[in-house]
Amino acid sequence: MRFDLLASPVDGVTEAYEVVAGFDGVLVAGLLRPGTEQIAALHALAAALSGTPLAGRVAEAVDKTVAGSISDEHLAALVAARSALLGASHDALLARLDEAAGRSREPWPAAGPGTPAGADNLLAAARSWLSELAIAGWRGIDHDLVSHADQAVQALLAEPRLRRLGALLDGFAGELRACAPGATMPRVPVRRWADLWARAVLLAQPGALAAVEPGTVSGRLLPLGVDLHEHPTAVQAQVHAVLETADGPRLVRASVSAPKVDTLVGSGVWQLLRGHSALLAAVTEQRAMDLTDMPITSGGDLIWSDAHAKPGAPAEPFATARVQLATASAAPVPPLERHPVRLAEPVLIEGYTATAHDDGVTITLPGLTVEVDVERMHGAGPLTPALVAASTACVGLLRWDGGWTIQPLAVEAQVKRKTVAVHAGAWAGGAADAAGAKAEAAAADAVKVLRERAGRLLRR
Amino acid sequence: MNAAQKPWEERSAARVVAPARPRKLAKVPFVELADGRLQGVVSSGSDIERVYVSSLTAANHSFHCSTNNNRPCGGIRTGGCNHLRALADEAVLQYGVARVARYLRADVADDATTGAAVLAAVNAWHEPSAGAPVFSRFLRHLAYLELSPTTEPLPELHWFPAGGAVR
Repeated sequence: MRFDLLASPVDGVTEAYEVVAGFDGVLVAGLLRPGTEQIAALHALAAALSGTPLAGRVAEAVDKTVAGSISDEHLAALVAARSALLGASHDALLARLDEAAGRSREPWPAAGPGTPAGADNLLAAARSWLSELAIAGWRGIDHDLVSHADQAVQALLAEPRLRRLGALLDGFAGELRACAPGATMPRVPVRRWADLWARAVLLAQPGALAAVEPGTVSGRLLPLGVDLHEHPTAVQAQVHAVLETADGPRLVRASVSAPKVDTLVGSGVWQLLRGHSALLAAVTEQRAMDLTDMPITSGGDLIWSDAHAKPGAPAEPFATARVQLATASAAPVPPLERHPVRLAEPVLIEGYTATAHDDGVTITLPGLTVEVDVERMHGAGPLTPALVAASTACVGLLRWDGGWTIQPLAVEAQVKRKTVAVHAGAWAGGAADAAGAKAEAAAADAVKVLRERAGRLLRR
Repeated sequence: MNAAQKPWEERSAARVVAPARPRKLAKVPFVELADGRLQGVVSSGSDIERVYVSSLTAANHSFHCSTNNNRPCGGIRTGGCNHLRALADEAVLQYGVARVARYLRADVADDATTGAAVLAAVNAWHEPSAGAPVFSRFLRHLAYLELSPTTEPLPELHWFPAGGAVR
């Protein structure tokens, strides 16, 4: 891997982010009465898109916003403009990463529009709340405005095909609720909330969540590690793995997610997921799984079903990474997912120096110094920043949030003069130690109490 | 050059709210800081079918307590009732005393550790309000565990990394 290629900036990304930052600043005070600086930022957005097929729509949307008469359609155009800039940044960053890793990536297949998810009234309700938010601005949110999302979110979560939008809006609304009223917030997460809002507007457009018929794939699946995502009412485990197919090794992901409540955290979350994917047990046992006709999307996501998988032979992730990672081909990223936050490319790094400091751990490689993304390291497994600081090899995800970072999935470290491998997802299939077992039992107890309460109070 | 972290305001995955801490739910199955209130539900000690809905308003420190069938709580005294005290204690376990005090604009001592300290600082006064919105938030909370898990990817959750390895 040529890490030195990641040390130099990628053309155009800084410029794209400057335009996006201007637009994101407009959302702080809201779109109702943009001031001089905000109007200039909106014009800069239109100018950045002027050579693209979106030019006319974006220019019109900017004019209408400045004139104070913004509609749903104009909001969609502004969001499309912002998303196009960040999508292009994503593509440029990913191309650089692929070059550095020597990784080949399939092109995105031309596909039909898919089957619309329907439920247009639910999407309209979501768009209406998102419009209210944009008009009020982050400084203008209050408890009433935030709670307007409740009904739409509940209905979206109940509709499996709209779960993506529901889970996003629920996490977003939860943050707004915790921070309201906006007028007295000490600091505003400007980029983050603009990101969440903009993605929600995109997904709430009719057709955005259209279902595309997946393909199928067979072969031996060798797990590399688990990336865990969580907000108060949702948890997702995403297993990164190499799939050995007849056409050579491929990088794939397998996800499992569940709705939850905020008091279920840490290692307690695995039990919500375990029953729906035997892969989590395979990760803990360090086994391969043999897949037969497993559904897979064009984006390289397995739609896991235990019916298409059988436990296989022992497989150690570092061995997989050392033997297969350099030659495995990667899947293209679906257009509506292209945003730098989605960059999570599995890599193996060795021969580095790790240095702990007050805010985390820095890794120095030949030609590149990179921060460990300690905020993406979770308490639901045995891997800690201290182990990363003592490590000699690491399987991790390269990420980008204004700069490259590495999120460790597993490390090899010297513990008592012996090299041991420690995996962030080691407890996915079951806790190995007493403290983990206790946390699991406490979470199981919490679920039991809530189910009992639900049984008495919910269905009345 | 890449070692420098962007400021929090410019990060997509910036952490905005610290995750809640786990706690035992038997007595107080639900507590939240929302809608400008500390609010939640306390199970009745004597009747398994009954719960109390309690809340404390951040803006003026008025409190409310009634059953889910809208009967007033019989234990209301100056400064609160047993249900409100249980709620404050559990809120402190779930969110930490600093966050609860900040949300309620309660001026607690630096060494305060308990819900009782928060309640003492606000001098809560009783003003009956509607318990129904809080009870419906609780029912909504319970409904999450009734929804089915899925193995379809949720790419938007990349914005929500699980944390907790560093605190």
